[in-house]
Amino acid sequence: MKHHPISRRTLLAGTAAAGALSLTGFPARAEVQWKKYAGTKLEVILAKGPRGDNLQKYIKEFTELTGIQVESEQIPEQQQRQKAVIELASGKPSFDVIHVSYHVQKRQFEKGGWLADMSGYMKDPNLTAPDLVESDFSAAGLQYAKNDKGQMLSLPWSVDYFILYYNKELFQKKGVAVPKTFDEMVAAAEKLTDAKEGTFGFVGRGLRNANMTLWTNFFLNYGGEFLDSKGGILTDGPEAIEATKLYQTLLTKVAPPGVAGFNWMESMASFTQGRSAMWIDGVGWAPPLEDPAASRIVGKVGYTVVPAGPKGQYSATYGDGLGIAAASKNKEAAYLLCQWAVSKTQGARLLQAGGGVPFRNSILNDPEIQKGVKMPKEWLQSVIDSAKISKLGLPVIIPVAEFRDLVGAAITSTLAGADPAAELKKAHEQFRPILERSEKA
Amino acid sequence: MSAVTQTTPAAAEAAPEREWRPPSYWPFVVPALVVVLAVIVFPWLFTIWMSLNQWKVGSPTTFVGLANYVRLPNDPRFVEAVGHTILYTVLSVLLPLIFGTFAAVVFHAKFPGRGFLRGVFIMPMMATPVAVALVWTMMFHPQLGVLNYLLSLVGLPPQLWVFHPGTVIPSLVLVETWQWTPLVMLIVLGGLAAIPTEPYESAQIDGAGVWQMFRYITLPLITPFLFIAGMIRMIDAVKSFDIIFAITQGGPGSASETINLYLYSVAFIYYDLGYGSAIAVIFFLLIVALAAIMLHLRKRTMWTEIGGGA
Repeated sequence: MKHHPISRRTLLAGTAAAGALSLTGFPARAEVQWKKYAGTKLEVILAKGPRGDNLQKYIKEFTELTGIQVESEQIPEQQQRQKAVIELASGKPSFDVIHVSYHVQKRQFEKGGWLADMSGYMKDPNLTAPDLVESDFSAAGLQYAKNDKGQMLSLPWSVDYFILYYNKELFQKKGVAVPKTFDEMVAAAEKLTDAKEGTFGFVGRGLRNANMTLWTNFFLNYGGEFLDSKGGILTDGPEAIEATKLYQTLLTKVAPPGVAGFNWMESMASFTQGRSAMWIDGVGWAPPLEDPAASRIVGKVGYTVVPAGPKGQYSATYGDGLGIAAASKNKEAAYLLCQWAVSKTQGARLLQAGGGVPFRNSILNDPEIQKGVKMPKEWLQSVIDSAKISKLGLPVIIPVAEFRDLVGAAITSTLAGADPAAELKKAHEQFRPILERSEKA
Repeated sequence: MSAVTQTTPAAAEAAPEREWRPPSYWPFVVPALVVVLAVIVFPWLFTIWMSLNQWKVGSPTTFVGLANYVRLPNDPRFVEAVGHTILYTVLSVLLPLIFGTFAAVVFHAKFPGRGFLRGVFIMPMMATPVAVALVWTMMFHPQLGVLNYLLSLVGLPPQLWVFHPGTVIPSLVLVETWQWTPLVMLIVLGGLAAIPTEPYESAQIDGAGVWQMFRYITLPLITPFLFIAGMIRMIDAVKSFDIIFAITQGGPGSASETINLYLYSVAFIYYDLGYGSAIAVIFFLLIVALAAIMLHLRKRTMWTEIGGGA
């Protein structure tokens, strides 16, 4: 910035602008008029977690930059989703900015018309810093943020890739190599399982609904696609049956007993206690795994991409973003906040603490930022590698919750010995009418 | 509220004429009436109205008559949930009643430190159900939980507790029993205190044993109290939510999904308010019916009690 040749004209213009902005202490060349909405008050509703923490921790910097006051609250995810939907449906939400769970809410929010279109703001140099461009977001992020008309309805904030966590110590003890394919993974898990010692080869979510995020990663790697061209659901096809068989094998033969009731928390407990050798789940769990107060396997955790299936290798991807309520009266100010939250500074902080992975490539690939990452290098590498094979982990439909509950229950019941094909068929007989109803409405 | 300010001056004007006086208590009833209408009657009427509509958050509503009710018997998840609710309720009424009565008999006897031990025994009742649930979740953990460790000490094989469809409901009932046995005990203790000592004295003279005295004197005399305890427990157990939700969220699969949990999912996760309301209405009728049966039974026991005394 400082090496631009200075002509008399730019100097004059600059001085004038500096005069206008003299109190802001901001370089006069900045085109974004951060202070334009000073004095505005914004309400933000956040889902509880590291993203919300990261925003709240540094929000004073935003207020200093813009003069905008921000009231934010963090609510546990499930309650936050309910509150948001009920308020948005009422037409008078109490918040301007909302933390959106893309994999659950994308279609629902689009159909409700609840979010403001940001496309215009992103093209306005008075509102958008030059480094914030659409192409900087990963493909998954854009897929999530844009509706079918190509409008940006939110700014992608943090992405969650599924990766394979493994216990290096157990792997060494049994002389097992890190699996590259599903077949190798099953073989490795069998070798690593020692029921007498209470160690198992694999652990993962078995609990209905939660288990779908793991299962879909298997489904994707068996070549599965969620929807056909007419929007019909395909998760009971041959790929789904194969994926369920793999899931059934892993969770009944080489996983700790009781895994049918495990969510990520119980899975993580088993893994951090050194009782399970492999765990597939979201990237966000590195901080507790590397925390000596919570984990017995600090420094022994390996991180890598999810092994390949017969028809591909993907990392099931989920994510969240920040949107502006369509009913908000402070949309521009709200946009400034969203922009600040996904900015390089804030994204770097999030990544470095391991609390989330920004959707923006310029952050993820910046060597300076990478140096500051407190998590192991392998973790960062698994994130970067997963980004390359990322694929949305859930179908983009309105009744995501029903899908996860019904199909998830079917998958769980195969752990008690039920037949995968029959269970999937039964679940889809229940789910198809629900999907049709929701798309028609 | 405005009704109050309007009626008061009218009543004041009417007073001097002394012909017909409107009942003077009337204005005082109004606030309560308004509150009851607003927070009880109106929500109920509105729920019934919603149950007659296709009402999904985010889409327009249409009147569908009884379609939501027709959906219920054909919805396998609902039918299963009814079964789970009944099983859960029966177990979590009976077990606290049995243990509570036993505990009451024990704590009714005089022994040193009784007051302190009673206090300790009542403590589970004071804890927040969600906190209790979280602690039990950890204790239930098949590998790391303390329950399986205790079993291993006495040579029993580890159990899966809430992590297996077959044992999940009994395990949840265990928590419910642990927490609510003290309540039954308190009620029954009150009943025991009211029993006169003469019947026991004469029974002893007649040579009755401890069990006979319990069976033929104590039990009949505390039956009305057991009914009250049973009714309170039943209403609580039928609508039990927090413990189940916090421990299993209805899982594994949907093995512990009761009507209440399903209702919650339908209304607040699927946002299908119409169908959710239909479930709520049926659920309400079920509770009313159960309570009515219990009340009827209680009346009959009261009758025999009075009849026996006369």
